[in-house]
Amino acid sequence: MFASLKQQFIDNFIVDNRWRYLLDGLGVTLQITFFSLIIGLLLGFVVAVIRAMNQTTGKYKIADFICRIYLTVIRGTPVVVQLMIMYFVVLNSVDKRVAAIVAFGINSGAYVAEIIRGGILAIDKGQFEAGLSLGFSEFKAMWLILLPQALRNVLPALANEFIVLIKETSVAGYIAIQDLTKSGDLIRSRTYDAFMPLMAVALIYLLLVVCLSTLVSRLEKRLAAARR
Amino acid sequence: MQETPVKPASTKPSLTLVPPADAAPPIFEIDGLVKHFGALCVLDGVSTRVDRGEVVAVIGPSGSGKSTFLRCLNRLETPTGGRVRFNGVDLTDPKCDIARQRQRMGMVFQGFHLFDHLDVLRNLTLGPVRLQHRPRAEAEAEAMAALERVGLADRARAFPAQLSGGQKQRVAIVRAMCMNPEVILFDEPTSALDPVMVGEVLSVMRDLARRRMTMIVVTHEMAFAREVATRVLFMEGGRVAAEGSPAEIFERPERECLRSFLRRVA
Ligand SMILES: Nc1ncnc2c1ncn2[C@@H]1O[C@H](COP(=O)(O)OP(=O)(O)OP(=O)(O)O)[C@@H](O)[C@H]1O
Ligand SMILES: [Mg+2]
Repeated sequence: MFASLKQQFIDNFIVDNRWRYLLDGLGVTLQITFFSLIIGLLLGFVVAVIRAMNQTTGKYKIADFICRIYLTVIRGTPVVVQLMIMYFVVLNSVDKRVAAIVAFGINSGAYVAEIIRGGILAIDKGQFEAGLSLGFSEFKAMWLILLPQALRNVLPALANEFIVLIKETSVAGYIAIQDLTKSGDLIRSRTYDAFMPLMAVALIYLLLVVCLSTLVSRLEKRLAAARR
Repeated sequence: MQETPVKPASTKPSLTLVPPADAAPPIFEIDGLVKHFGALCVLDGVSTRVDRGEVVAVIGPSGSGKSTFLRCLNRLETPTGGRVRFNGVDLTDPKCDIARQRQRMGMVFQGFHLFDHLDVLRNLTLGPVRLQHRPRAEAEAEAMAALERVGLADRARAFPAQLSGGQKQRVAIVRAMCMNPEVILFDEPTSALDPVMVGEVLSVMRDLARRRMTMIVVTHEMAFAREVATRVLFMEGGRVAAEGSPAEIFERPERECLRSFLRRVA
């Protein structure tokens, strides 16, 4: 029994240096996640500010309307479908990974936007009014007074979004990107063994998520302590 | 900022509180101010004026529109009708640059509203540095001097969460002062405070009055209004129901609604 497990391990990971598939796949997954997150943060930030400004001042109605359409469409359709539309329809002449990064970034932006907007709206309206009463424009009061407080409060939620994104990118194989999930699949197609490669893939995701979650909860505790 | 040249504080101390005849336009000229919230009429034609150096106390029962009146003066609420002129500038004109005008009027809130993410010194210098583009060192020196005056110099690096209510409100007053405003609006500055802390905030305000700072103070502290105010507005049902010197309002109240209000708060 143990001997056969050992043999399976050797076949799946050692022969032909197959472990390299997993390592490369992991690299691709992290790369896509990282750049998507950057796009998501930037996009989400802008959308959140527009929507929060609309809610606190009643202005920017058209921009807010556009943002709401974006949020509805992105949150109302599966990410795989968005990914395929991005690659096969919108950006079909660019690199697969770029298409994936753009698709996941736009998708993540919708969730980031709602996190940040929630953070802004949770802040006492008096902070904004105190800023206005000093003579700050609405935009400057948002930038100098509301956003720093909001971002600090939602930092853990944003870090969680990164963790969610790591798992979401596992559908990148649909446009033939060799991410971590796809590399496990690749090994399976070589060795005709489903158990070992899939377990390995699952374990790597799990380790990543657990490590990052620990970091996030530490961050949460720190922020709570600083706020007292 | 230069459109209405402001004369330096008069060189010879005047004995009366009436400003010299050649003074700039009054700080506030309020003409038929009306404010509705939906169907609810909260201000029903308020007219008055506030001159330089005045301390105007606004009193009246809860819900009479005192806060709304004050918030219309710096357009935190947009008036439904009427006109508010500040230094001759029509604030109700949609083209008026309200943010710029607000730099010259401070506001102190019942709930303090210090910026929670900044320490005391940063709270005080945010406006001067970001709005008036003053060098940070200069703004900080001035802020420290002002903190000293209210007895809080040792709290300069504390965060708002670490201050008592009375300390927060004193910092909030200093924050307004650091912009060198021409008038400060106070909305029940002591109502959220324990009795012990009320005194320390009122004494800071007394000090401002002594330095001839123009102030409009919505307050339930009748003793303070009587002692410090140069004029008292009594509001009821969205109107100024009585107006006059503290003596006229408190010693010889004429209207019945004012008398019954004073009986209730006494
Ligand atoms: N944003 C708002 N929307 C709707 N109604 C409002 C709003 N602000 C104030 N009101 C109403 O306007 C009326 C006057 O309110 P205001 O706060 O000006 O009274 P006040 O004289 O300051 O009372 P208090 O002494 O309790 O502070 C109240 O009936 C209040 O419910
Ligand atoms: Mg009030």
